[in-house]
Amino acid sequence: MSSNVVSLDMPSGESGVQLPSRQHVTGFGFYLYLLSDGILFAALFAGFAVLRTATDGGPDGHVLFSARNAFIETACLLTSSFTCGIAMLACDRRNKFVALIGFLVTAVLGIVFLTLEIQEFADLIAKGDGPGRSAFLSSFFTLVSTHGLHVTCGLLWLGVLLVQFLLRGFTPAILRRFLCFSLFWHVLDVVWIGVFTFVYLVGGYL
Amino acid sequence: MFGKLTLSAIPLDQPIIMGTCIVLILGILAILALITYKRKWGWLWTEWITTVDHKRIGIMYTLLALVMLLRGFSDAIMMRSQQALASSNGHGFLPPEHYDQVFSAHGTIMIFFMAMPFVIGLMNFIVPLQIGARDVAFPVLNSVSFWLTAAGALLINLSLGIGEFARTGWLAYPPLSELPFSPGVGVDYYLWSLQISGVGTLLSGVNLVTTILKLRAPGMRLSMMPVFTWTALASNMLIVAAFPILTATFAMLLLDRYLGTHFFTNDGGGNPMMYINLIWTWGHPEVYILILPPFGVFSEVISTFSRKPLFGYRSMVVATMVITLLAFTTWLHHFFTMGSGADVNGFFGITTMVIAIPTGVKIFNWLFTMYGGRVRFTSPVLWTIGFMVTFTIGGMTGVLMAVPPADFVLHNSLFLIAHFHNVIIGGVVFGCFAGLTYWFPKAFGFRLHEGLGKAAFWCWFVGFYLAFMPLYILGFMGMTRRMNHYDDPAWLPYLLVAEAGAVLILVGILLQAAQLVWSIKKRQTLRAGADPWDGRTLEWSTSSPPPPYNFARVPQVEGLDAYWEAKQEVMAASSQPYEAIEMPKNSGLGFFVSVFAVIGGFGMIWHIWWMGILALVGFFALIVWSSWDENDEFELSATEVALFERTNPHAA
Repeated sequence: MSSNVVSLDMPSGESGVQLPSRQHVTGFGFYLYLLSDGILFAALFAGFAVLRTATDGGPDGHVLFSARNAFIETACLLTSSFTCGIAMLACDRRNKFVALIGFLVTAVLGIVFLTLEIQEFADLIAKGDGPGRSAFLSSFFTLVSTHGLHVTCGLLWLGVLLVQFLLRGFTPAILRRFLCFSLFWHVLDVVWIGVFTFVYLVGGYL
Repeated sequence: MFGKLTLSAIPLDQPIIMGTCIVLILGILAILALITYKRKWGWLWTEWITTVDHKRIGIMYTLLALVMLLRGFSDAIMMRSQQALASSNGHGFLPPEHYDQVFSAHGTIMIFFMAMPFVIGLMNFIVPLQIGARDVAFPVLNSVSFWLTAAGALLINLSLGIGEFARTGWLAYPPLSELPFSPGVGVDYYLWSLQISGVGTLLSGVNLVTTILKLRAPGMRLSMMPVFTWTALASNMLIVAAFPILTATFAMLLLDRYLGTHFFTNDGGGNPMMYINLIWTWGHPEVYILILPPFGVFSEVISTFSRKPLFGYRSMVVATMVITLLAFTTWLHHFFTMGSGADVNGFFGITTMVIAIPTGVKIFNWLFTMYGGRVRFTSPVLWTIGFMVTFTIGGMTGVLMAVPPADFVLHNSLFLIAHFHNVIIGGVVFGCFAGLTYWFPKAFGFRLHEGLGKAAFWCWFVGFYLAFMPLYILGFMGMTRRMNHYDDPAWLPYLLVAEAGAVLILVGILLQAAQLVWSIKKRQTLRAGADPWDGRTLEWSTSSPPPPYNFARVPQVEGLDAYWEAKQEVMAASSQPYEAIEMPKNSGLGFFVSVFAVIGGFGMIWHIWWMGILALVGFFALIVWSSWDENDEFELSATEVALFERTNPHAA
């Protein structure tokens, strides 16, 4: 493996006594943080599982959720993960143009996802089915919007990173941050697959 | 403009609170005046506030813990005095609404702002030294973690003079902590200060796990790590796995209180029992987050002062890891009486009893380490032996309560209070004091006065038994926890004994303060070299205090007790040349993040929305601004290292 690859792998040094590179340590630490974030979501999923039927006489998931909307959101997010992966491969090859395009498409898809989510929330609230309607809706809004909040933070992060990238190109710090961002973005995808499955498919159809 | 905040938030009619506030404000002003008079602001800023050195951050964590110990203990002795006075016709000196705040603050502060910073401080200071690393994996993040904890501590103490604190007990169970029953700002103080410090704790957990797994000195395999580092690894893995649950749970309660959601409310389909389940899936691992590092301290202390390798190193490591796993399987024993049914209660009763087995293994390992050794009875050893006796008793009362039928009788009684103080004081607090005394010379280059240390130990030890053994009996007599007043005169004698015990512990604390002052004054006669106790692990191989880079040459490790083994061979002075060292630059990021955390937290507590938004925007700007500087390291050249090593007055 060549030394300019942006990855979590330990660099295979000549002697066994070499300390791990900064990129490796940062990536590992960030991955640990993401695991803890996964547990945060697990707690919110547990809350949703417990409160799923606590509709307090109000509407439940079968009435409220549109699988079409959620499916488009899923498609956006999964595709954005793919383009993010392309951009990371371009980083390995130090191809500035493809990396930039890849991250920009990722950002656009993220924005489309967020717009759809906000629209869904606005519709629900307009119908009187906001987070204060029932425990079920409280847990739904909290789980899904925590994911949305993560996507928002990711987009802000990516925006700042892209500005720095345009100004400075492939510095070690920027490569390190792109690595962390891509990990973050992929994990958000994994969480969303959980949301899509348990909230929209199981909650909306079963 | 100022949300719920008005002048009436300051309790001017409460002489106890106002008196405390005036003393505190005068104390703080005196310290600030002293710093100004001595022209120490610049020094304070560059050497401490913006430092990213794990040793200094560890010391600041410990200092925070000691200050919070005073605060938490004041609450404790107030409660003891109230109960000694409020029998039958007496009403004591604390009105119920104030008493409820006192016991809530006592628990919250002692766990989150005394025990946690103490344990994290010790780990921060020692772990990199023990594994031969130059710093933690993320030095700036470490400073952010500390300052977030400090921000939480500041917020929770603001509640003393501005507004009120929660009256809900230290875990703020709903529905009591929901808006209809706690409309004041007390619960909001509780939630925001713990959210802020909780993020700090989580980040510090991520940092230390990465440090231990990635930055060990060349040659140090996992099976060669000192036991304290093992327990630190276990504790920090638990932090990474458990603290997000706390954050999520508090977030749900905050949403209930701020946005009218129905997670834990009585109406709208809310489920208060879910809060209690969630909070204890964090809360029980938290117990092991606190106790495992002290277990490591005792292991280091007992093996050093018995001049023997630790008995059963491997079984100790396995026991630690078993406890780490089982920590997540016992949470329901905190609420057997909630009515989960016999099968569920039985399951959790058994898992709770099972966890006593690895703990028992540890006790035997420590005993066998002492067996046949030449034990030096220094004060760290006294704390350790005191711990072994006390913790065993506390553990046994715990196993007793793990039996669900017994728990139905003892639940929420003073028996429970006696039990968990038995393990927390006897385990965590004694362990922290043992670690403080043991590693103090490493941090500052001089020892703590031994006689005063031993006197403090005996006051704490005897004081503890006087204060808490009567509570076991009172529990059997039917006295429940958190009582502001009681009618049964038969309880009074026991409560008077408990009060005497609390006073004795106070004497112990005063002796510790005297020990600190005396030792600083006499530091020239108490000078310690690099290795005052004839230690076994790598932290003793570098000077006391260690240089900023810890080790001029990265140590090569070939086995367990690396430094002890090295000492057994005749060491030729190393002639290898020094190499240049990459050092992290100081950073004000942590301090400024904490300023915004305090502003934002205060704004949210008092519903001053613009303050919250201001802090959020400020925080974002701060992060972006700090990310612009990519040169966060500087190089210490080989010549500079050589010069530093030659002129280091503390070198061995």
